[in-house]
Amino acid sequence: MGALGHYIEREGIPTAQISLIREQTAAIKPSRALWVPFMLGRPFGAPNEPDFQRSVLRALLSLFERPSGPVLEDFSEDAPAAAAQEEGFACPVSFVPVTAGGRGLARAMWEEIAQLATWYSLARKRRGRTTVGVFGATVADAARHVASYVDGAPDAPPVAGWSAGMAVKRACDDVKAYYYEAVAAQPGNLAAKAVEDWFWRETAAAKAFLAIRDICLKSDDESLKPLGKLSLIPRFVTDGLNRAQQEQHTT
Amino acid sequence: MARLRDFSAPEQEHHLQKIRELPDFGATPFVPGPPLNKRRVAIITTSGLHARGDRPFDIGAADYRVIPGDTPAADLLMSHVSVNFDRSGFQEDINVVFPIDRLRELAGEGVIGSISDFHYSFMGAAPIRALEPKARELAALLKKDRVDAVLLTPV
Repeated sequence: MGALGHYIEREGIPTAQISLIREQTAAIKPSRALWVPFMLGRPFGAPNEPDFQRSVLRALLSLFERPSGPVLEDFSEDAPAAAAQEEGFACPVSFVPVTAGGRGLARAMWEEIAQLATWYSLARKRRGRTTVGVFGATVADAARHVASYVDGAPDAPPVAGWSAGMAVKRACDDVKAYYYEAVAAQPGNLAAKAVEDWFWRETAAAKAFLAIRDICLKSDDESLKPLGKLSLIPRFVTDGLNRAQQEQHTT
Repeated sequence: MARLRDFSAPEQEHHLQKIRELPDFGATPFVPGPPLNKRRVAIITTSGLHARGDRPFDIGAADYRVIPGDTPAADLLMSHVSVNFDRSGFQEDINVVFPIDRLRELAGEGVIGSISDFHYSFMGAAPIRALEPKARELAALLKKDRVDAVLLTPV
């Protein structure tokens, strides 16, 4: 982000940026930056909080009125947290504990998708949109692709020019978006962290992603390898897995 | 929450390593401009945003996508390759990432002069040096559109 600021301002256009990691911005020294204390992924604080979003935006725009720079200013107000349920969330849809691999795992994922369908439709209706659609038109397209990997017979990418890696990555993203959107429509106001913990700890879809990660790590396909390391499973999950493996070795 | 000290040790190390790998950008440029209420504003997000039907971003992609200012929220998707940031906020309200509705309100109130007809999106995980030629290309487009305030928003 800071790099883009340098490059564009150098061409004669004034820039002002949001900084999410202050230390990085301080090192890059872009022309104008507003550090905000929000979680990664939410540069304007919180969804459906127009007044708060405006205050962040106005603070950012005000940096254009500074006579000289570089400017790195702090926006010290935390994002409003709705009375959110932070932890201990159990999705009211009762998923069967997943122990099976292979076809059993894919079946369990399909079952979850079916159980969440009503919530997903409700979310889509309320929000007037869905963010599913990077891989294909529906979650079923994406889930079929994910299942093909788990079942040991990966489908070819659906679009000419897509690598195997990018196709399966996009399929996983669509499946995850479906789960997140569906569960957000359920009663209660879930904190982002609670949804994330639920998805990665309790769903067959997450277990399918972990199985695909293992396939990627062992694959000779250059497009699949980087996915195994970086782009399918968040670091907080892989860090936990690594710690568990280390503990197993030391006990 | 995004204070580095609040991250887990491996997460902190990941971000600190990115700082260690930064190239030297030299002196910071600082371009003056007219008062805010005369400025034309464009958003450049590095969230990997694009219109439905446009090409999703590949791993390492340093190119950008054009987001016409009148693109409905329902037609905006995110194909950033990173899985290490929250997407639930964006799923609920695009303005948490791409504050186009807030910008329209401020234009309506005369706080800013106008809004560019086009906005742009990169995918933040791109190699830094690879961004430079694309940023120059984009700057030429922004100048033709008379933009004199670019908001850079990460995820």
